Amino acid sequence: MSPARATRREWLSRWGILLALLALGAALSLLSPTFLTASNLLNVLRQISVNGLLAFGMTTVILSAGIDLSVGSVLAVSGAVAAGLAAGGWPAGLAMAAALLSGVAMGLFNGLFVALFRIAPFIVTLGGLTIFRGVALVYTDGRPITGLPPAFDALGNGVLLGVPAPALVMLSFLALTHALLRFTALGRAVYAVGGNEEAARLSGLPVPGVKLFAYGYAGLASALGGLVLTGRLNSAQPTAGAGFELDAIAAVVVGGTSLFGGRGGVAGTFLGAAIIGVLNNGMNLLDVSAFYQQIVKGGVILGALLVDRLVANRKD
Amino acid sequence: MPLRGTLLLLSALALAAPAQARETVGLSVSTLNNPFFVTLRDGAKAAAAKAGLDLVVLDAQDKPDKQVADVEDLVQKKVKVILVNPTDAAAVVPAIQRANAAGIPVITVDRAAAGGRVAFHIASDNVAGGKLAGALVCKLLGGKGAAVELEGIPGSSAARDRGQGFNEALKAGCPGVKVVARQTANFDRAQGLSVMENVLQAQPKIDAVFAHNDEMALGALQAIRASRKHIRLVGFDATDDAVKAVAACDLKATVAQQPAEMGRLAVEKADQLVKGGAPPAATEFIPVALKLVSSAKCP
Repeated sequence: MSPARATRREWLSRWGILLALLALGAALSLLSPTFLTASNLLNVLRQISVNGLLAFGMTTVILSAGIDLSVGSVLAVSGAVAAGLAAGGWPAGLAMAAALLSGVAMGLFNGLFVALFRIAPFIVTLGGLTIFRGVALVYTDGRPITGLPPAFDALGNGVLLGVPAPALVMLSFLALTHALLRFTALGRAVYAVGGNEEAARLSGLPVPGVKLFAYGYAGLASALGGLVLTGRLNSAQPTAGAGFELDAIAAVVVGGTSLFGGRGGVAGTFLGAAIIGVLNNGMNLLDVSAFYQQIVKGGVILGALLVDRLVANRKD
Repeated sequence: MPLRGTLLLLSALALAAPAQARETVGLSVSTLNNPFFVTLRDGAKAAAAKAGLDLVVLDAQDKPDKQVADVEDLVQKKVKVILVNPTDAAAVVPAIQRANAAGIPVITVDRAAAGGRVAFHIASDNVAGGKLAGALVCKLLGGKGAAVELEGIPGSSAARDRGQGFNEALKAGCPGVKVVARQTANFDRAQGLSVMENVLQAQPKIDAVFAHNDEMALGALQAIRASRKHIRLVGFDATDDAVKAVAACDLKATVAQQPAEMGRLAVEKADQLVKGGAPPAATEFIPVALKLVSSAKCP
C-alpha cells in the first residue's frame, strides 16, 4: 500500500461522507422549515455531543485494531462517581476530575487484559461492559443521583457565546484527539499498530504500551461523555449509556474508519456522528414513526459499511 | 456513503412528511415497547383527530437521554403544546425547562416530573391503586400470609406510589400479611420471570404476589406455573394480556388504569391551551379513575 494512495482513498471516503451529510441536510431543509435554522443546528450539535465523545475514544481503539464495547458502562460509572461525590459535598471541579480519572482507570483495566494478557478485545470489553454496569448499579444503588451543584447544569445545558457547552466540550476534544493522532509519535504509533502489529513490533514500537494508551484514552473519552450526559439530565442515571457502544461504533464506521484498524480518523468520526444525529433529528422533525426510524438508521450504517468494503476492494 | 442510497432514504422521508396546515401538538412517550403506552398513544391520537390537531409522537425507548433530545426537537419544531410521559422524573427536568424557555406549555402524562413548569399533570392516583391491590391481597389471604412485591423501575413515581399504597394498606388494615421479599423487575416481563424465579428459590412459602405492573405479573406467572405452587397474583394496568389472564383465572386481579382515557384527557387539555386558554399558575393534577378488574367465576 503506497501512502499517497492510502491518503487519496481516505480523502475520497471522507469527502463521500461530507457529501452525504450535505445532501441529507439539503433534503431535510426542503422537507422541514425548522431543520435549517441556527437554533436547530446548534440543537443537533448538542445532541451528538455525548455520542461524539464516546466515538472519538472508540476511534482511537479501533485504529489500533481493537474494539471497546464497555464505553456505555464506563460512562455510567464516571457520571455516577462525579454526581455522587459532588452530591456528597466535594467541589464540582474535583468531583469531575475524579470521574475522569475513574474513566481512565477503567480503560486501562480493559487495556491491561488486551495488551498484556492478549485476550481478544471483543471479549475483554464485553466483560468490561458487564462489570462496569454492575459497578454503576452498586455505586448508585440502582437509583438516580440528583441534587447536583449548578456546575453540572452549566456543563450540560449551558451556552457560551451562543454555542451549547456540550458541543464546545466535544469540539475541543475532537481537536485534541485529531492533533494527538496526526501530529504526535504516539498517535502515529496507534495507526502503525493497527495497520500491521507484527511490523510495528519489529520496527521497535512498544505495542502493549500503545494499546494501553488507546484503551485508557477511550476510558477518558467515555468519562467525559458521562460528565456531559450527567449535566444534560441534571442527574446520574444507573442505566445511563446502555447500548451507547453501538451508536459510537456506528459513528466510527459511517465516518470511514476501518474496523480492521490502521485507517481512518476522528474527523470522519465527527461526520459520522453528525449523520446519525441529523438523521435522528430530521426523522423527529418529520414525524417519522419511531419503528421506521430504527430501520432507516440501521440501513444507513449498513450502507456505509458496504461503501467502505467497495472502496477497499477497488484498491486491492 | 452512497449518494444513491441517501436519495432513496430521502424520498422515503419525503413521503413521511406531514401536511403543515393544522396546529401541532407533540407527545414524547417513554416507550412504545409496552402495550400500556401504545394504548395511551392511541387514545391521544383519537382525541387529536377529533380536535383537529396534528399529533407528533416520539418514542424515547425508555432512554432518558433520547427523551431530552426528542423534547428538544419538538421545541425546534415549535409545536404548540408538549405532552411528556417521562422516562425518569429527574432526568426529564432539563427538557421541560427548555420547553419553558421557549414558552411552550408542558403537560405531563402518567409519570410526574421533579421540576420545571408543568401546566397539567394527568395520571392515575397510583397510591389509591396500590391501596386497592393491598386490600385485595389481604382479603384473598384471609388476613394472614406471606406476600412478595415486584417493584417497578426504582425512582419512578409509579413504582414509588404503587408501592406506598400497597404497603400502607397492609400495614394499616392487615398486620397478618407480611411482605417477605421486595425486588425490582423494572416493569419488564422478562425480568419479572427471572426475578420471580429467584424469589421462589429464596422463599419457602409465598401466598401472594403484587406486581407494580402487568408485564412483571405475567412474567412472574410463568415462574409460578413452573414452580407448581399455589400463589395468588395481582397486577396493575389491565393491559389486554392481563385482562385475558384474569379471565383465565391465572391472575386474581389487575388494577385498571385507563391509558386511553389518559391520552384523551391530555390532548383535551392541550387543545384548551392551543385555543388560547391560559395555563394554570401551579401544576393542576387531573386524576384518572382506577378500578379493579377481577373475575367472579374464579375460585
